Amino acid sequence: MAAKAHILIRKGRVIDPASGRDDVADLLIENGRLVRIGASLDAPGADIIEAEGHWVLPGLVDACVHLSLPGSGRTGDITSETRAAAAGGITHMAAQPDCGPVDSTAVVRLIREQAGQAGFARILPIAAMTQGLKGEQLAEMATLAKAGCIAVGNAGGKVADALVLKRCLEYAATFDMPVMFRPQDAALSAGGCAHEGPVATRLGLPGIPAVAESVDLSRDLLLVEATGVRAHFQQISSRDSLRLLRAAKKRGLPVTADVSIQHLLLDESALEGFNSHCHVIPPLRSSDDREALLEAVADGTIDAICSQHTPIGSSSKAAPFPATKPGMAGVDTLLSLVLGLVDEGKLDLARALDAVTAAPARCLGIQAGQLETGRPASLCVLDASAEKDYAEHWLSAGSNSPWRRSVLKGSVKLTVCQGKVSWLTD
Amino acid sequence: MTLAPSSRVQLTDDGKLRHFLTTEHLPRSLLEDILDTAASFVDVGGRSIKKVPLLRGKTVVNLFFESSTRTRSTFELAAQRLSADVLNLDIAKSATSKGETLLDTLRNLEAMAADMFVVRHQDSGAPFFIANEVTPNVAVINAGDGRHAHPTQAMLDMYTIRHYKGGFEGLKVAIVGDILHSRVARSQVHALNTLGAGEVRLIAPKTLLPVDAEALGATVFTDMAHGLKDVDVVIMLRLQKERMDSALLPSEGEFFRLYGLNNEKLQYAKEDAIVMHPGPINRGVEIASEVADGPRSVILNQVTFGIAVRMAVMSMAISGQDSAPAGGAHGS
Repeated sequence: MAAKAHILIRKGRVIDPASGRDDVADLLIENGRLVRIGASLDAPGADIIEAEGHWVLPGLVDACVHLSLPGSGRTGDITSETRAAAAGGITHMAAQPDCGPVDSTAVVRLIREQAGQAGFARILPIAAMTQGLKGEQLAEMATLAKAGCIAVGNAGGKVADALVLKRCLEYAATFDMPVMFRPQDAALSAGGCAHEGPVATRLGLPGIPAVAESVDLSRDLLLVEATGVRAHFQQISSRDSLRLLRAAKKRGLPVTADVSIQHLLLDESALEGFNSHCHVIPPLRSSDDREALLEAVADGTIDAICSQHTPIGSSSKAAPFPATKPGMAGVDTLLSLVLGLVDEGKLDLARALDAVTAAPARCLGIQAGQLETGRPASLCVLDASAEKDYAEHWLSAGSNSPWRRSVLKGSVKLTVCQGKVSWLTD
Repeated sequence: MTLAPSSRVQLTDDGKLRHFLTTEHLPRSLLEDILDTAASFVDVGGRSIKKVPLLRGKTVVNLFFESSTRTRSTFELAAQRLSADVLNLDIAKSATSKGETLLDTLRNLEAMAADMFVVRHQDSGAPFFIANEVTPNVAVINAGDGRHAHPTQAMLDMYTIRHYKGGFEGLKVAIVGDILHSRVARSQVHALNTLGAGEVRLIAPKTLLPVDAEALGATVFTDMAHGLKDVDVVIMLRLQKERMDSALLPSEGEFFRLYGLNNEKLQYAKEDAIVMHPGPINRGVEIASEVADGPRSVILNQVTFGIAVRMAVMSMAISGQDSAPAGGAHGS
């Protein structure tokens, strides 16, 4: 990896949703820091990147990825997956605590070391909220925060006992740590692998009803209100949940939310023919839910769009649908797919880019996702009109994506992560 | 032409059957073809030499990941009457417990030059997975997958209905019981609608109905008096005992009182209505003995027709598979 760079990026269209900037300008990076944004900058000795006709964006912040640590049952490793992320313009990714699990400083250290050595993207570990993600005993949240965790959460593991959950939230609030929730009632979703609706009924797939999410979300919201903890709700999938979130935000609760990109693009009909690439949790829901999610991103009820990147080896997807592992690999295509929604007229450009840069950084409580002078540069240069053929340019070790062989608009030319070049094409 | 995924897999480019995975999305002419071909085989069972040479030299592998004596026996008999070599594999859990994946098991069997897999599997979609991604050049017959489909059972039921009612036009057919878990019911609804039945009704308490059951193409009822009114055919489904353990029903007794078919409830149906059941029956749970053994019951004849229908499907799929270009027209 290159040393801290002196780079002059010339004449790109600079779009920074956090500041509202959208104009043609030069950017100068010195010793890894973004020092100036302005017209006709001059920097003798700096590497010149000609960005005329390209877009210059803050590095993307992915609020939800699942890491491939040994024992996680996923394919690839931190190097392969962060490299794929860098090629997709991502510079920061929040990692779910479900590998390891992240309930000891040793695991946190391992993740940070491996990510640091690879140098392709900054991994922000989320600590397990309970020991072993079992939902029974508090994890050492303060120690884990000191080791580098940015938040706590319980990934897919539920804290079934309301008293334990309340204490988790009180303890997290003590240290002002944000809590990540992935609402899904365990009993209502047990054994399910598809949205409970007409497609699952026809295909005979055990269902997960939308109410499995909203029942759990409403309990979580009441406990958030009671404890005053900062809360972020991940992978919201249904219209009913949005009603609850809107009401909570209106009451002034400190809550934010994200949705995974696949839930904005696909619905239950994608399961026809038992397509195991579309086996994800939460399940792809109805087209009505999908429309509601798009509206919620547009109006800000949902703050961020994440990849929910879950790279899975082909043998775990080569089985009858219910027996396959759920999850989709997503860091390669997150930016292109989000821009596709802009092209379709579903989102305006500023909101769409905000949802993958500044907004997720706000949700996670981190400084990232914006073009701020004086700070280590994290940005990407995008040829927004170039077509990228993922049949040839896919980098994640997980091929589990319906877009694995698609041609999508948008190709990242350069990614700079924390002042270092993490991705560069000709 | 855009075809539903299920027909793309099941048919050759010129519309012949090459796998039989579901009754959904298949053209009416093809379902009628199955029934007509089955009719020509019904006589074979009555002959002194019960064999025809249509599958001579072919190897049929019965792959049962879920145990079943009855269905497997009828497939075995059907294959033998077509002069095929038959290999029975009760995989139930043995291979997977040794760590071999479904994929590996199938690749091994394909290497043994099997021509047809008859597959029963506990997971919905398993035969699709096999036909699509594993062995497109081996004809796959679905002998029941999860809650999804049991197309040969549905076709033998169609045969039975046509035998007794002469056709499907205007027929009202009620399917009663555990619709939620029933692959048979799903395959019956699709077949009945394709063959032109007048109305298909599903009757069950809400705990045993899948959500959006209407989306299957049926009218939904929760009581027998309305649901059975003026129907021509009553199909009772088997109620598994374990439904009582998972808070779906309070007791067998209450289920029988409300949904069990006895002579009294049969009064709601037309006078000449026939009563069917895919078997094995639970007397006193979903059906009273007075009905099961009564004059309107055609349950035993269903079994006889089952062999002929399976012979029809097997011979058609082998012939379709033989006519398809090698390598498969629908690789992923």
